[in-house]
Amino acid sequence: MSALFQFLLRQGDNTLVLGHRVSEWCGAAPALEEDIALANTALDLIGQTQMWLGYAAEIEEAGRTADDLAFLRDAYDFRNLLLLETPNRNFGHTLLRQFLFDAYQVPLLASLESSTDQRIADIATKAGKEAQYHLERSQDTVIALGDGTEQSHTIMQDALNRLWSYTGEMFESDIVDEAMTANGIAPDPTSLRDVWNTTVDAALKLADLKAPEDNFAHKGGKNGRRHTEHLSHMLSTMQVLQRSYPGASW
Amino acid sequence: MYAQMVKSEGSNEKHTEQDTAFQARIDAGEKIEPKEWMPEGYRRTLIRQIGQHAHSEVVGQLPEGNWITRAPTLERKANLLAKVQDEAGHGLYLYCAAETLGVSRDELYDMLHSGKMKYSSIFNYPTLTWADMGAVGWLVDGAAIMNQVPLQRTSYGPYARAMVRVCKEESFHQRQGFHIMMTMCNGTDDQLRMAQDALNRFWGPALMMFGPSDENSVHSAQNMAWKIKMNSNDELRQKFVDETVPQAEYLGLSVPDDTITWNEERGHYDFAEPDWNEFFEVLKGNGPCNTERLEARKNAWDEGAWVRDAMMAHAEKRAQRKKMAG
Amino acid sequence: MSREWPLWEVFIRGQHGMSHRHVGSLHAPDEEMAIKNARDVYTRRNEGVSIWVVETRHIAASSPSDKGPLFEPANSKAYRHPTFFPIPEEVGKM
Repeated sequence: MSALFQFLLRQGDNTLVLGHRVSEWCGAAPALEEDIALANTALDLIGQTQMWLGYAAEIEEAGRTADDLAFLRDAYDFRNLLLLETPNRNFGHTLLRQFLFDAYQVPLLASLESSTDQRIADIATKAGKEAQYHLERSQDTVIALGDGTEQSHTIMQDALNRLWSYTGEMFESDIVDEAMTANGIAPDPTSLRDVWNTTVDAALKLADLKAPEDNFAHKGGKNGRRHTEHLSHMLSTMQVLQRSYPGASW
Repeated sequence: MYAQMVKSEGSNEKHTEQDTAFQARIDAGEKIEPKEWMPEGYRRTLIRQIGQHAHSEVVGQLPEGNWITRAPTLERKANLLAKVQDEAGHGLYLYCAAETLGVSRDELYDMLHSGKMKYSSIFNYPTLTWADMGAVGWLVDGAAIMNQVPLQRTSYGPYARAMVRVCKEESFHQRQGFHIMMTMCNGTDDQLRMAQDALNRFWGPALMMFGPSDENSVHSAQNMAWKIKMNSNDELRQKFVDETVPQAEYLGLSVPDDTITWNEERGHYDFAEPDWNEFFEVLKGNGPCNTERLEARKNAWDEGAWVRDAMMAHAEKRAQRKKMAG
Repeated sequence: MSREWPLWEVFIRGQHGMSHRHVGSLHAPDEEMAIKNARDVYTRRNEGVSIWVVETRHIAASSPSDKGPLFEPANSKAYRHPTFFPIPEEVGKM
């Protein structure tokens, strides 16, 4: 697996897996306006997945398509962050996970806009605008729910406690990242930490939420070494038709 | 139909001069706008009809929502999600139209959740295979369009305007469904079997969407005079059959009705009535999914209460803080 | 008992330098969320470049019963319309 291919899988799997989780809210959100907004986010993420995995498939040169990559790989071949495969526990949990990711994705995409790889730069330019809006919305909602009522504050603090140990993986740098950085294709993930901290600290302050002191980070998603138990359940749903009827077109 | 079978609230009222003048405005093709005088029966019937229509849109998200996470390709997933999202949007436009008549969205939800208001029975049927996403788009949206297009000319301004928006957005839904059916019918034997099975299960319920014959219904006559209802149930059902049968032929599927024949004299297809006993059972609550559908809506609403409260509380706190600072 | 999010009226400017036009309503807890919700609900098909929202209760409306006195007087002022003044064709475009 080439480093570039892996890097593209990471981007595409992130948006695929998160888009799937967000789409699970369709028809079940707390208000129609939120239902529609979440669907927009999921649609953006699915669109980004098509671009990332489409490019990944081209780079791989093995005759696979974006759909093949999405629907015919097993969990150990997925390269998404563990944070994104955690199941939706409640609306606050979903929006907080979204915020923690958006706060990372916005500076990442901004940096990718000047990637030496023109295709990546183009994808990042389109996706960047979408991510910026996602961030505005998730940030405002996290602040509102943290600040809102005693009950909502408790729910949000609990969500933060659960999600925090999954945030560190975003800033881990490995051999793939080193190759990307060396070629000017992508930034070193560790370099995104400061911006992320600033965004997240400011929002948590307004939301009156406290990040756990323990900075332990679960890892194993972006390198595929150890996903959570949740991913394979997600894939068994997502891939059911492609797996049950091999070779059919839909 | 989403807005079919609405009992008129007007038939028992005594007609006054004001009523006559009101009817004259409707006959002249004028639109009635929110704050204008209207008979109480007209207002109540509209609330019931628009409410039922709105409920049908949001409950209607569920059977198709059932397959979003299992859509077989990224493009199909995006298409389906966009479609189901549109339904949420249509529900929203319609609730807003109803709100101009002096009822809040929360009150309408309460009436849905307590069973005081109905939604279209079609959504009490399950979606069992991916082909159902095709059949629902093709048949259910196809049937819905039959009555929504004329409703763009309905007499109540906000309802008519909502329908214009709905119809504009709806045009891709039926095509989306038919496209899925085409792909399945040109696919493997399994896919063709799924497509036929979906048509078998949805044909009858789709015909029922228009409601039983209402040629002799007083409610229907009043609602048609008010231009709340634009066509009779039989008229729309016939139109639906006439358009759908050739489409099924094109797909190479057989409509599950042996009696279907082209009647040269009438210029229409003859077809068998659907099973009205089943229809009334579903209406009573005995459809395959009545319990699950209502439960899903109620759960979403109840579990979202803390979010709605918190966001309102935050908005109030912010306004307060701004005031203190200013 | 929880309080319902207030109702807002949404106005959107289309792509072509037109005025903002009323497109519909929605619920939101405050004006910032109202704008975001308007973006998500009413511009899904690329319909706009600018959004106004105003809480419905702040809209002052003319009363339907005043329709006669408010609008009929304008009927008799045909001279406000250019076609009122016949200009000979040889004068050219005016």
